[in-house]
Amino acid sequence: MSSSRQQVNPRVRGIRASAHTPLHRLATQITQDIPLGALKPFKEVIDVSAGDPHKAGLKPLTFVRQVLAVCLLPRLLEEETLPMDVRLRAQRLLEACDGGSVGSYTASSGLPHVRQSVAEFIMRRDVGVPAYAKDIFICAGLERALMVFVKLLAGGEEETQTGVLTPVPCPDNLPALLDEAWVTLAPYRLAEDRRWAAEPDELHRALKSAKERCKPRAIYISNPGNPTGHVQDRKSIEEVIRFAAAQRLLLLVDEVDQDSVYGPGREFLSYKRVLFEMDVEYSDTVELVSFHSLASAPIGECGLRAGYMELVNIDPEVMHFVDTMLCTDISTPVTGQLALDLMVDPPRPGDLSFDTYSQEILLTRAVLSQNAQRAQEFLNDLPGMSCQPAMGGIYLYPRLNVSPEIVEKAKILKLAPEDLYRQMLLEQKGVFLGAGCQYGETPATYHVRLCILVLPDTLEEVLARLSSFHCHGPASSP
Amino acid sequence: MSAIQEISPNVRNMKQLQYTVLAKQASRIKGELRQRVTKPFKDLIEVYSGDAHRGGVKPLTFVQQVLAACVYPPLAHSDKLPVDVRQRAELLLKGCDGGSVGSYTATGGIPQIVHRISEFITRRDGGAPSHPENIYISPGSQWGLLNLLTVLVDAEASPRTGVLTPRPCYLTSNLSMVGLGAVPVPYDLCEEQGWELRVEELRAALESAKGVCKPVALYVINPGNPTGHVQSRKSMQEVIRFVSEKRLFLLADEVYQDLVHGEQREFVSYKRVLMEMGPPLSDTVELASFHSASKGFMGECGLRGGYMELVNLDPAVMKYIHTMCSTNSCAPVLGQVALDLLAMPPQAGDPSHPLYREETQRIRTTLVRNVRRAFEVVNSLPGLCCQPVEGGAFAFPRLHLPPKAIRRAEETGMQPDMFYCTRLLEEAGVFVSPGCEYEPKEGTYHFRFCIMLPEEVMEELLRRLTSFHTQFMKDFS
Repeated sequence: MSSSRQQVNPRVRGIRASAHTPLHRLATQITQDIPLGALKPFKEVIDVSAGDPHKAGLKPLTFVRQVLAVCLLPRLLEEETLPMDVRLRAQRLLEACDGGSVGSYTASSGLPHVRQSVAEFIMRRDVGVPAYAKDIFICAGLERALMVFVKLLAGGEEETQTGVLTPVPCPDNLPALLDEAWVTLAPYRLAEDRRWAAEPDELHRALKSAKERCKPRAIYISNPGNPTGHVQDRKSIEEVIRFAAAQRLLLLVDEVDQDSVYGPGREFLSYKRVLFEMDVEYSDTVELVSFHSLASAPIGECGLRAGYMELVNIDPEVMHFVDTMLCTDISTPVTGQLALDLMVDPPRPGDLSFDTYSQEILLTRAVLSQNAQRAQEFLNDLPGMSCQPAMGGIYLYPRLNVSPEIVEKAKILKLAPEDLYRQMLLEQKGVFLGAGCQYGETPATYHVRLCILVLPDTLEEVLARLSSFHCHGPASSP
Repeated sequence: MSAIQEISPNVRNMKQLQYTVLAKQASRIKGELRQRVTKPFKDLIEVYSGDAHRGGVKPLTFVQQVLAACVYPPLAHSDKLPVDVRQRAELLLKGCDGGSVGSYTATGGIPQIVHRISEFITRRDGGAPSHPENIYISPGSQWGLLNLLTVLVDAEASPRTGVLTPRPCYLTSNLSMVGLGAVPVPYDLCEEQGWELRVEELRAALESAKGVCKPVALYVINPGNPTGHVQSRKSMQEVIRFVSEKRLFLLADEVYQDLVHGEQREFVSYKRVLMEMGPPLSDTVELASFHSASKGFMGECGLRGGYMELVNLDPAVMKYIHTMCSTNSCAPVLGQVALDLLAMPPQAGDPSHPLYREETQRIRTTLVRNVRRAFEVVNSLPGLCCQPVEGGAFAFPRLHLPPKAIRRAEETGMQPDMFYCTRLLEEAGVFVSPGCEYEPKEGTYHFRFCIMLPEEVMEELLRRLTSFHTQFMKDFS
């Protein structure tokens, strides 16, 4: 064999292992073993580690699925049992596809029709702030979009690596993504006791520390926060923008969960809108890229693999390179691109499909908000656990006290204590929680991530099993 | 412009595709046609890419029906669709979490689909076993190739990593290699012998790499893109012996395996040839082969379904490939479904089989006819000639341009074949892809066009080409 471990690209070897993967494998294994007769103290594994609403039992949006079906099988344009607005939209979308088929290639930055729809949606959402199709790039999901930008930033073969200021906690696939792009993760801590807010003092501290190890070029932030559930108010967004402007950092803003804001008195404000409502010294200069995706509530179409990014105040030369890189990156599936159109331009009042559509999204929003409240109160009441209330997003991020026994055992097994906790919870109770995503210099606190975009009954079962494990099992702490 | 001061040299080196220039021109012409500006043609014939549906080839009914039923399951329960369509959709939805194509899947692909792909490969290769653990589904075949190259290529190494690639070669793969920091090392295909691959050229390429880079892999496209050449078994055995001798990883891009037109040739996979050569080669040569739902009769480019099969890899290296595939989430579910239909189409006795057979037969006969007509017409024109197109989706004629045309091209700052293509587009409304995009041998000019078209469209294309070319040669004589 000519290729061996030694010859593998060092960048690939350097991609840190995800805390998610080993337990994911175990969960899959247990799930397969149960129907084969393995005896477990539980009937099935409940996976609340990551957001996958359809897997969790939440239904796809009828309008979306009907339109896509007609696009895939155009003879359904004549099918009278399908609402007229469904068929008209499908017809419009098919006309936007070459050869009238979802099987054709599209331009690497996406179908012009869809880019235009997205631009119009952004203008409606941001109450008149202009948006242009040429600044919208369609990508095969959030990770691909981020990867394109991070690779652009990565610079050449200089001695100091590019750095990206990254929140702690952050989405669990972000560190590996930065590793793959050969970019340094420069952490800034979100303030847990202020419901995970981003604080300017901490941003400054993090930047100063980062400059000793790398060349920081960008700051990443998610709003609503993943996994924290924090939703920034205008003041907070302005603080981050001013910081990025002063330090000449590119703002990478993950706004994928923008439709999942439920905190009382909270609403989603886009970074772009806030930026344009600030002074012209900011609105004309701050470089911003914002991301959205189908893998979000209420549409929940993770498997269709599509998202977009909007580039604000980005140099045309850079935009040209974004396009070049998209040519060699994963092309966004056409069905995904069409679903984006449906996400940003859903049925309106008066449309035949509107009633069903609005019922469906109201239901999803209600489930999310009720689950968030129920789970947060329950977890916060458990001894040795505390949980900040979430205002949006699809996760809760409780902190837990892990017993000294588990900490010791974890040291021996070379696992992080919370990862051992999760493993034991999975093995003993069949509940699969997501990893805490604390990279960087944090003191020893342990967190886990719970996806609350699940059916209420599922959540109840999870809370019951978790409480039993946490309070009465070997994990219980003094 | 501040934060992005230095774009990575690897990205900078990815040159702009000539295609984008032509695409802008085509866009302008389409706009003019819509405004009813008078032109010698009423529409554009767009044949620059291997996109069958764009060209007018109809999607396969069975494929459309299964996809629609997967997306909107009430269809799978109604009797509007044939029984076998409904059954397949139900089977596939069972493999999806929550019974929805909107859920994430295992990163290497839905297990039942991966299994059926491995069974397909085994049947295709006359029984040579194929293991599901060695198969990864990806969003299009090129992505699998890119992930694999990311593992093999060390951008920081000195000397740099090299990959032997054919000349001429399908464009995007070279671009991706450069983007990764690898050095493409071209080996010439022999145009006069139908674009044959000769081992002497492989040796010459390796020689040329000395002191420049360290080649780790050999990339082969069979059937060829853009050349249309289908390799003989003998040639493939020579390639296998060569990679074994030189300890190179063999990357076999076989996405056009369903499109073989010549009666002389049939497609045989590199895996099959390798297995038939027996140990020690069959146990040691490292091979990755790629296939896709984008080409062939399905032509479902937009769905993004491809797979790679890995043979004889070091388990430690497989681990990293798995890492790479895991960091990317899964391939789009509908693309995976398309692969399932590729691996297991309707069989004789199934209700959908007669229509499926009729549709694929029609495409097949159309292609055979198109290939024959293109060959006849192109070779009859002075200054144009074309090797036989044995397989694949394209014809790649050679242009023998008069010196006056070459000079004019140079004056406008364009490659001569690009100049020809811009004129062809402007004056005849035919959008082809210029040979310079394929890194050909210096001083040779070509253009590539897709042959997956309805017959009438091919005739119209050839008519326009003849008329344009004759005039062009006259203008520049």
